[in-house]
Amino acid sequence: MWTWFHKLASPPHFYRIAGLTIPAFSWAAGLLVAAGLYGGLVLAPPDYQQGEGFRIFYVHVPSAILSMFVYATMAIAAAIGLIWRMKLAHAVAAASAPIGAWFTACALATGSIWGKPMWGTWWVWDARLTSELILLFLYLGYLGLRSSFDDLQRADRASAVLAVIGIVNLPVIHYSVVWWNSIHQGSTLLTPGAMPIAMKWPALCMLAGFALFYGAVLFVRLRGEVVRRERSAAWLREVLVK
Amino acid sequence: MQDSGRQTGLEARSVHAWRGDRHVIRGLSLRVTPGHCLHLAGPNGVGKTTLIRILAGLIRPEDGSVLWRGEAVGHDPDAFHADTAFLGHDNALKADLSPLENLAFWSALAGRPAAAVAATLGAFGLQACLGLPVRVLSAGQKRRVALARVALSGASLWLLDEPFTNLDTGGIRLVEAQLAQHLAAGGMAVVAAHQPVTPDQGEVRRMELS
Amino acid sequence: MTARPGLWRVGMAVYARDLRLAFRRWEQAVQPVVFLLMVATLFPLALSPEAAQLRGVAAGVLWVAALLASLLALEFLFRADHEDGSLEQLVLSGHPLGWLSIFKVLAHWTISGLPLVLVSPVVATSLAVPASALAVVMLSLLLGTGVLSFVGGAAAALTLGVKRGGVLVSVLTLPLVMPALIFGAQAADLAIMGESARGPLLLLLALLVLSVSLAPLAIAAALRIGVE
Repeated sequence: MWTWFHKLASPPHFYRIAGLTIPAFSWAAGLLVAAGLYGGLVLAPPDYQQGEGFRIFYVHVPSAILSMFVYATMAIAAAIGLIWRMKLAHAVAAASAPIGAWFTACALATGSIWGKPMWGTWWVWDARLTSELILLFLYLGYLGLRSSFDDLQRADRASAVLAVIGIVNLPVIHYSVVWWNSIHQGSTLLTPGAMPIAMKWPALCMLAGFALFYGAVLFVRLRGEVVRRERSAAWLREVLVK
Repeated sequence: MQDSGRQTGLEARSVHAWRGDRHVIRGLSLRVTPGHCLHLAGPNGVGKTTLIRILAGLIRPEDGSVLWRGEAVGHDPDAFHADTAFLGHDNALKADLSPLENLAFWSALAGRPAAAVAATLGAFGLQACLGLPVRVLSAGQKRRVALARVALSGASLWLLDEPFTNLDTGGIRLVEAQLAQHLAAGGMAVVAAHQPVTPDQGEVRRMELS
Repeated sequence: MTARPGLWRVGMAVYARDLRLAFRRWEQAVQPVVFLLMVATLFPLALSPEAAQLRGVAAGVLWVAALLASLLALEFLFRADHEDGSLEQLVLSGHPLGWLSIFKVLAHWTISGLPLVLVSPVVATSLAVPASALAVVMLSLLLGTGVLSFVGGAAAALTLGVKRGGVLVSVLTLPLVMPALIFGAQAADLAIMGESARGPLLLLLALLVLSVSLAPLAIAAALRIGVE
């Protein structure tokens, strides 16, 4: 297991594997999102309270879940990079941050659009939206810190410490905001029985599609990171010239 | 662990280090034993500072290891640092404090008696400016204060990066006298310098980096 | 080799040195307080001098102003030591770096956080806060500025390798201290309305305990990266 892991983490090997994985992930993501959208926008019945407006749920909820999942991935990768000095782990954190920031922005935008028919206004200081906004700030701080170093290794390690601080703080931020104020509806996706199957499966499709999309984009960005980090390595010249 | 030199001194084994994109130090090994001084020489940019910072434990080498008294430095860095005095390019002096106040702080951290501070500063020819703020001292005087900190530390290993910068000939002679005293007492030193290092006691080995 | 000095002695030496340095430049050290007083003056001018209206926003104004004021000095918490080489020496002192950083942060708090707490009754009174609420306002700021100093200290340590870190330190610190702002302002607000502020104060205390125990680890890790 450990040797397998080490082999995967070696840049030339990883570069090749990633190249093979990207098309598979992209196709699977595309198909799942298409199925999820068809199921969510056409097949699913309108909500008995919110009518057709609830359908933005199929973009909002997967984005929100991914925004947190990506942050967790980033922080775990950063911690691995810090503890075991694994360059590929730092690259995973670096490549994840912009993707996570976009998921967060999507969740905020769709949440705001959803809020218009539901609450009659584009923005309310609701607890979940506010923690999502703070999450966006955390991502922006991470990206800002990373970009202000000239030296890549320093950037890696300093931003890794920040990611770990952030993940420790996220629950604190989340619960303090929840106690502060909440009018958001509770989580319906993960509560059994809260949602009819016809409404639920497209959402799960979308979630899986978004996750695979993250995987595909992550690998594309990771290949870029590997090229940047190994730019003087001989194997890279061979691969690129070929 | 066969010979006593390994047990008592500083050793680096095939150390590698990168600075940014450059592979500055490639598989370098060295050893310093009590009473010995290692003089690191070589043109600018060959990695003298990097090497001395690796030995000090400020930079972790990409590969290879540094051993202190036969044990990897990473095992008990605090014990190693407690017995080491490092002088970098910067003097670690506060411009708003006097030499006396500056060194009183560092010797408190090193657990040395405060009474020795004034005497050591005197030995470095700084009697006249004990109470002046460091701000008004000349560059050479500041360097002397920083060197007095090393002499005060009571550490067995001195790591000096360009100690002679800004010093006049008198200052250089003072530093060499202190170094001789340190080596004679069984101390060790690694000195990166362009000038020759010639203390009249102890043994100096020159190592040309390239 | 001589006997190692005790941890308390070492910590107090760091604390005393930083205080001494701050007093040599007291004109700089008082700037956060001046800033707080000025910001607090802006609100009556911008909103209205009417007591009832000021009292409604007093808790928020006071807390936001104090938060911004304590961000001002944060950038320099480790920067001066980094630039003159003192930080390397602290890292190599053979004492636990996290422990030393606690005392650096405490000194910083004494210089830039504590004065804010001490002038807060004056500012609060000028914002029509009743005298009965002043103790809670001060207590909330006492706990809150502590959280700010420790969390902000981690951000300041992380930005050491950066040329101009001023805005970045704030951008990194602010999202992390929003919980402290929430509970602090809530406590002050409850007290102004004459209710018990025990709950949010206890939560604020919990945040302080959490940041005092975890932030030094992050600060030490960040400082090591900074001197590399």
